[in-house]
Amino acid sequence: MDDIIIIGAGPAGLTAAIYALRAGKSALLIEAKTYGGQIVNAARIDNYPGLPGISGFEFAQKLYEQATALGARIVYETAVAIEDKGETKTVKTSAPNEYEGKAVIIATGARNKPMGLAREDKLLGRGVSYCATCDGMFFRGKDVAVFGGGRIAVEDALFLSEYCAKVYVIHSARNFGAAPADVERLKARENVELLLGSTVTKLIGEEKLSAVEVTSKSDGSVREISAAGLFVAIGQMPDNGAFANTVDLDEKGYVAADEGCRTKTPGVYAAGDCRAKEVRQLTTAAADGTVAALAACGA
Amino acid sequence: MAVIELTMENFEKEVLRSDVPVLVDFWAIWCGPCRMLSPVVDEVSEGAEGFKVGKVNVDEQPELAERFGISSIPCLIVFKGGSEAKRSVGVIPKAAVLDLVKNV
Repeated sequence: MDDIIIIGAGPAGLTAAIYALRAGKSALLIEAKTYGGQIVNAARIDNYPGLPGISGFEFAQKLYEQATALGARIVYETAVAIEDKGETKTVKTSAPNEYEGKAVIIATGARNKPMGLAREDKLLGRGVSYCATCDGMFFRGKDVAVFGGGRIAVEDALFLSEYCAKVYVIHSARNFGAAPADVERLKARENVELLLGSTVTKLIGEEKLSAVEVTSKSDGSVREISAAGLFVAIGQMPDNGAFANTVDLDEKGYVAADEGCRTKTPGVYAAGDCRAKEVRQLTTAAADGTVAALAACGA
Repeated sequence: MAVIELTMENFEKEVLRSDVPVLVDFWAIWCGPCRMLSPVVDEVSEGAEGFKVGKVNVDEQPELAERFGISSIPCLIVFKGGSEAKRSVGVIPKAAVLDLVKNV
């Protein structure tokens, strides 16, 4: 039996483990993939206080070392259910294993939203990518497209415009949801073409991507854009369906929890990007991990 | 078993003419997820029975990356009998890596 079971070893989960362990509690992390979460995709982090310019990988590594040095344990399994037994909770995994704890912190984060287009899975890694910093180099000197208009899409497009011949930015809305300074920089790039009010409607290419079909939302006009790469950044989605019997989820699937990270079930908390909230940043993930762990320690 | 550093020079011998399946990890130093996956691949290699494990640094071996149409990393390919049997893109846990190489 552990004091606190944490589902997810991203920044929120690892921060929760650090606070729990420093409070003298035991903590077990259950992670479906690898520790670090989405931040490992970031080439550099410029908005985390005190660590300007650190890479996402290095940040994840330091956080992991800090937590494990304190005694955090990690099992690499997928959590499939939380059973509330009042004083104790059981987390079931796909292994299948069962882990018992006095409290559970859900810190499952969010993942990239797929486009929902035919052959998307087949072309993943064959032109379709979710990580510009990982894969941009393969498209040096080629034409690529970015699908999305949020912060990550704009950052991706700026990054790609340094290496690629041409970068098309396809965005369903008219305005970008990114820092105005970045949007201005993007608009100033000579090799960037913006296709606003448009969506990607078809992936073209057999063995690898060769073009994308783009449809205008206003007049329905269709055009084909020759692109060797398509970088998808149309937002995130949570993965909390397995816990719906223990916690309430909002219409998008995020866990309903108050600012103290408390869900409707006493002893079950939600921290980080998986929680229904306004701002999802590295700093807020760490803050949630702190708040949830301290609440769980007191419980 | 130690991980084999694969190059244009030894790829034919170590991978394509191998009599056991070979798990090949295509990676780069600037790719965060690759560096997360790399120690997992090392662990799989240490316990490898009936297969071999190699790595291709795509920066140093761009011809190999090009030849196998790599455009997203980390990318794991299992080669068997001289050709590609399985491919997986992105970070996956150790159990999934083992599944990939054992069920070919």
